[in-house]
Amino acid sequence: MNHLEKELLSIKEKVHEMWSLVEFQMLAGKEALLSGDKELTKKIIKSGKKVNNFDIKIDRMCESIFALYNPVAIDLRWLMAILKINANIERIGDSSEGIAQLIREAGHPVDPVLLENTRVLEMYEAAETMLAEVQRAFHEENTELAREIIKKDKLLNKIHAQTDKVIITYIQANPEKIAQSLKVSGIIRKLERIGDQITNIAEEIIFYVDAKVVKHKQKAKKKKKKNGGQTPPPENN
Amino acid sequence: MSKKPIKVEAKDVNAYYGDFHAIKGINIAMEENTVTAFIGPSGCGKSTFLRIFNRMNDYIDGFKTEGEILLDGQNIYAKNVQVDELRKKVGMVFQKPNPFPKSIYENVVYGLKIQGVSNKAALTEAAERALKQAALWNEVKDNLNKSALALSGGQQQRLCIARALAISPSVLLMDEPASALDPISTAKIEELIHELKEQYTIVIVTHNMQQAARVSDTTAFFYMGELVEHAKTKTMFTNPKDSRTQDYITGRFG
Repeated sequence: MNHLEKELLSIKEKVHEMWSLVEFQMLAGKEALLSGDKELTKKIIKSGKKVNNFDIKIDRMCESIFALYNPVAIDLRWLMAILKINANIERIGDSSEGIAQLIREAGHPVDPVLLENTRVLEMYEAAETMLAEVQRAFHEENTELAREIIKKDKLLNKIHAQTDKVIITYIQANPEKIAQSLKVSGIIRKLERIGDQITNIAEEIIFYVDAKVVKHKQKAKKKKKKNGGQTPPPENN
Repeated sequence: MSKKPIKVEAKDVNAYYGDFHAIKGINIAMEENTVTAFIGPSGCGKSTFLRIFNRMNDYIDGFKTEGEILLDGQNIYAKNVQVDELRKKVGMVFQKPNPFPKSIYENVVYGLKIQGVSNKAALTEAAERALKQAALWNEVKDNLNKSALALSGGQQQRLCIARALAISPSVLLMDEPASALDPISTAKIEELIHELKEQYTIVIVTHNMQQAARVSDTTAFFYMGELVEHAKTKTMFTNPKDSRTQDYITGRFG
């Protein structure tokens, strides 16, 4: 292993450490939603500071590698991807922190009917699986898995799209639960964002392993359908 | 900076080629087991300054050095210092590989023989150790009696490094050690530098800024005989303090 490889490995280790911490933030969020454990939400929010420190540290390490080693080819793509993966993991951490805050504000217990109707726990489970799998895809440089993860985000988007309708119906039946309903709605919005952030990470994995740009491709496809099959103008990727 | 002890230190060093003031009041300290890179445009004095550390300039007519160079706290320009004793502690590798027209083995043990070592077992052992340290052993172990001139340029340079290491110096000076080599040989020398700093304090002069960035712990930028800036390499290449350093490393000079 040459010196550059050693440096890259130490960045990879840092990214994994940060990832584990954010994974904890997310898993603990679900637990806190069910149990109303205030200590746990406190812990989630407190971890945010550590996540931010990782974010800064990883950016610094990447900056040094760019400055000192003139990385090229896969090393260059890897570092570019790491910068973005790092930013996205940090945002997943932010979202989890936001959720913890919303859980505190929602009060305990959250009405099981509300949880059931909004499918928020289902969203949680999907997001958890996605986060674990994207980490594995990164570790194994498995782009097939990364592509599957991108598809899985559809479920989160689907549930999110129905949220307003479900919440309105619920509020009409339970007007005393307006405040709690709005908090749950906020949690769902954040989980949807987490899905997007995991998707961004999956796209970066494909970029650095296969040197292919897949981001913004979904939109282009949809546009193509709308235009009756006409090719959209070339993208400036 | 870290807490390693200071190995080599220059205090108010001035040097002159006749009337020409080549080195202007330089102060610099280099820690043990680190790599310090000297960078700067041609004629900035970096090579001259490097050669001051093992008194290589002593033979140049009209050359004069002022100030102190402390090696382990002792001034190497003090009157009682014997230059050959100094060079046992401070080895040097030059830009062009310069093996003697002798066998590989004879090249490596040359310095020891001059020092009077004649025990064959000791010489053989020292040769093997030095060649291993210079990452050349596996390529030459079956041909130690082959002429050194039959080796490739990159191998010759590693042989010269082995020759410098055989006498067990504690400081290694390298004057553009890879500038005459192809990229693969250069990468080998750079990896070697990373390994050698475990045991030696290394000072390297290089025109290749990226090489300085890759191999060194601290970098010193020289300009017109002055030391403009000396800092951790990471800092020098991401956020230099002096605008002249910034202009030089970003290629905006002049």
